[in-house]
Amino acid sequence: MSPDRLIYMANQIGKFFQSQGHDKAVPGIAEHIKKFWDPRMKRAIFAHLDAGGAGLEPNVREAIASLKQTTALPTAP
Amino acid sequence: MSLIEEVDLGTPRSKSETMVTLTIDGKQVSVPEGTSIMRAAMEAGHQIPKLCATDMVDAFGSCRLCLVEIEGRAGTPASCTTPVMPGLVVHTQTERLKTLRKGVMELYISDHPLDCLTCGANGDCELQDMAGAVGLRDVRYGYEGENHVFAKSNSEVNAAWMPKDESNPYFTYDPSKCIVCSRCVRACEEVQGTFALTISGRGFDSRVSPGMSESFLGSECVSCGACVQACPTATLTEKSVIEIGQPEHSVVTTCAYCGVGCAFKAEMRGEEVVRMVPYKDGKANRGHSCVKGRFAWGYTNHKERILKPMIRERIEDPWREVSWDEAFSFAATKMRGIQKKYGRDAIGGITSSRCTNEETYLVQKLIRAGFGNNNVDTCARVCHSPTGYGLATTFGTSAGTQDFDSVEETDVVVVIGANPASAHPVFASRLKKRLRQGAKLIVIDPRRTEMVESPHVKALHLPLMPGTNVAVMTALAHVIVTEGLVNEAFVRERCDWSEFEEWAAFVAQPNNSPEATAILTGVDPKVLREAARTYATGGNGAIYYGLGVTEHSQGSTTVMAIANLAMATGNIGRPGVGVNPLRGQNNVQGSCDMGSFPHELPGYRHIAGDAVREQFEALWNVKLNPEPGLRIPNMFDAAVEGTFMGLYVQGEDILQSDPNTSHVVAALSAMECVIVHDLFLNETANYAHVFLPGSSFLEKDGTFTNAERRIQRVRKVVTPKNGMADWEVTIGLAKAMGFEMNYNHPSEIMDEIAALTPTFAGVSYAKLEELGSVQWPCNEKAPEGTPVMHIDGFVRGKGKFVVTEYVATDERTGPRYPLLLTTGRILSQYNVGAQTRRTENVVWHAEDRLEIHPHDAEQRGVRDGDWVRLKSRAGETTLRAEITDRVAPGVVYTTFHHPDTQANVITTDYSDWATNCPEYKVTAVQVSPSNGPSDWQKAYDAQARHSRRIAPAEAAE
Repeated sequence: MSPDRLIYMANQIGKFFQSQGHDKAVPGIAEHIKKFWDPRMKRAIFAHLDAGGAGLEPNVREAIASLKQTTALPTAP
Repeated sequence: MSLIEEVDLGTPRSKSETMVTLTIDGKQVSVPEGTSIMRAAMEAGHQIPKLCATDMVDAFGSCRLCLVEIEGRAGTPASCTTPVMPGLVVHTQTERLKTLRKGVMELYISDHPLDCLTCGANGDCELQDMAGAVGLRDVRYGYEGENHVFAKSNSEVNAAWMPKDESNPYFTYDPSKCIVCSRCVRACEEVQGTFALTISGRGFDSRVSPGMSESFLGSECVSCGACVQACPTATLTEKSVIEIGQPEHSVVTTCAYCGVGCAFKAEMRGEEVVRMVPYKDGKANRGHSCVKGRFAWGYTNHKERILKPMIRERIEDPWREVSWDEAFSFAATKMRGIQKKYGRDAIGGITSSRCTNEETYLVQKLIRAGFGNNNVDTCARVCHSPTGYGLATTFGTSAGTQDFDSVEETDVVVVIGANPASAHPVFASRLKKRLRQGAKLIVIDPRRTEMVESPHVKALHLPLMPGTNVAVMTALAHVIVTEGLVNEAFVRERCDWSEFEEWAAFVAQPNNSPEATAILTGVDPKVLREAARTYATGGNGAIYYGLGVTEHSQGSTTVMAIANLAMATGNIGRPGVGVNPLRGQNNVQGSCDMGSFPHELPGYRHIAGDAVREQFEALWNVKLNPEPGLRIPNMFDAAVEGTFMGLYVQGEDILQSDPNTSHVVAALSAMECVIVHDLFLNETANYAHVFLPGSSFLEKDGTFTNAERRIQRVRKVVTPKNGMADWEVTIGLAKAMGFEMNYNHPSEIMDEIAALTPTFAGVSYAKLEELGSVQWPCNEKAPEGTPVMHIDGFVRGKGKFVVTEYVATDERTGPRYPLLLTTGRILSQYNVGAQTRRTENVVWHAEDRLEIHPHDAEQRGVRDGDWVRLKSRAGETTLRAEITDRVAPGVVYTTFHHPDTQANVITTDYSDWATNCPEYKVTAVQVSPSNGPSDWQKAYDAQARHSRRIAPAEAAE
């Protein structure tokens, strides 16, 4: 899916958690994406991260990186 | 089957717990203190004749028919206005009473026509009944004198006679039949709270008068039908009764409009509905109704209903009527073909908040188990999904905390981003009744809504700028925390204290004060402080909110901010308080409960949870996908991208109801198979390949769950006009796709739901039959349901305070788009209008109008009623302007009931950060004078006309 839209959505999630401080925000963002994004959205944002992750806020980038490490997504069916 | 007769006990129930014993006609009777003698007698089985009394309104004592004699008391008091006292000895029938009553009836009948045989109320007339009850045999006065009955008297025009008022499309007012009992006037005041009716004149000149002697349609009347129900004669009668005659049987069912969930008696002759009458035992509505549920059911017979399945290869082709089997197999082949070509996740479906729990459950089951993915979502995505997220996070479950009865014990009502008078009218009437008794009202809304302006109600209005809800909520919290108004005992006992401290420190920051945030919110800090103090210290405080809270980029944050306020002030867990989302459609709560969201199974349990998933896998005998699926806006994005190509939509018009219409059009056009399952060729059907005709709520069995978690039966009174109830259609489609679901009746589906969902474990059709309705959770712990939640503790354990920082939406005003557009509903229309536009309700609202402040209008040279162009970054449309100061300068407002206006051409792709619920309530726009429809409207209209063609049936060989 269009990375621009996903970057926007991810940063929007990041903004909510920002006021909770880095240590709560990063797992919070990762958990939110894990619980609510469908696999193709996750795959697309992981791919974007691998391609440099331009546009992602620092907490969001960290959250996506940590999520990527712990997620085993099925390959596109 | 027979007609359900509800006994009218004459005066309202007394809530007292002290019992009083007296003797009526030799019988000992015990009733609560404050009960009238009339009601006590009725409860003992002795009917005292009456005309002006009815148990929906307070006693009035005007007809003098219900007189009784009491031993030791002088005279003949009216039994309706005389309360019971211990030891009274009452006689309801004596020689003296008989003579008096006969005299009263004789006077009544001397000014009443004697056309009983041809009268619309024949068979259902209390005046006729009372004449019979008192043994009236003769009217000695004749009809020659002054009267209200005849147009001409003594060959002269009778100035006292008034013609029938037939202006209201649903009922007539025939003044010649009126006995001036004032039941209609009192029903309008006490039950509905509109005060549209009055009695003009005095003595013999007394007349029921809508407004200042206006027509019913021209007056403030909102056509709720309470007066018609209250009328004991044919003066106010449903036109359908006049046309058809009296009903012969009735069935209790549930309204299919808003989330209030009113219980109605469908009064029938054979399979023809004669009228819908609100059911007094209905616990949501307590015998009241609004213009939609009471009268606007004509769409079920509308000529535009599609009754045969239809298919087509391309959306440019005309529709072709086919058999059910052919339609199912065509759809199944396409959907399976898409999965083969693009992958298992390339199809999905949308469940409907207008369909029953059972139907919704089946659609999500078909998708999860039959399609093999979790691409199921529901229209609640675009209305109350933030409620799901916000209340689950803070309290532990996604539901309103109270029943509607709770409002009777509320002292301070806060209404945020909701206009119950228009969107939840029957609840609004109950609320207004409480407000007239002295409860305080705080309204937080950009517009001065009907709630703010309702008669005999003084509201504290916080007219905020659209999009600043979180700033206002946090400022309210700031006042509560910094002025020491927190209910510390409650918070310490019930909530996580360290989270509370963190939250309290955050809201106490000076930048969250009303004074500091006023520049963003536009709310007077003094008024805001007063509101906070009132809510925190005014007794039982209850919050009711609507889509003005959820449909924002910070929708979920606002829901959590509301929950924070309720917890900080201890306003949760008992009658009279709570946090109450007002659900838009009849079954929003139910469709969410039934696992319509892509990430959770029925009962709000995440799909990734192995234990829960395994339960479903065992019963459904299939492996489920543990990854969440696409939400509606994600489906559209994926369709445009080319990875989501097939969609089954039950009972929702996504093209009209979802934001940024051109994006939705692009998504639907990109799909290879769109299956629309609906009553009408709705706007979405313009882009569909398969049309499966739906059945109306009158044509099927099932249950709806209203905004107070109340599960109520929907009962079939008419054979499905399309041949199949909606649940049967879904089963047919599933079967064609190779996924068998076997149920003989919706009750079996509910049994499966109960077996798999802990909060529904105690629900069955048998129990609903026995109790009338139950509120979930209904299980071993609460076998009769749960009216008030979180009584001893929160569902999640400790209540969770969440820091809610205000983040401005990215939808900003600027030089090109200087105004903010917000949207809402009007009383007479419902949602996208597919139902109400096909009824006489259009007389109240034939088109969407743009409300604009006089200042903004003048700057643009716009006069009242002018056509204007409304343009946003997403698109433009035209509609007519209505100049009003209900909206603040800088804010414009419109409704979204009409497809030719398409308010959603204007709305944008911005959405709630947590749930992707679209930000309908904030769009930066410009308004300018216009000559007529925009190019987009013209093109849309042409496409819609082209797409709706149905090929003529081929001649049989």
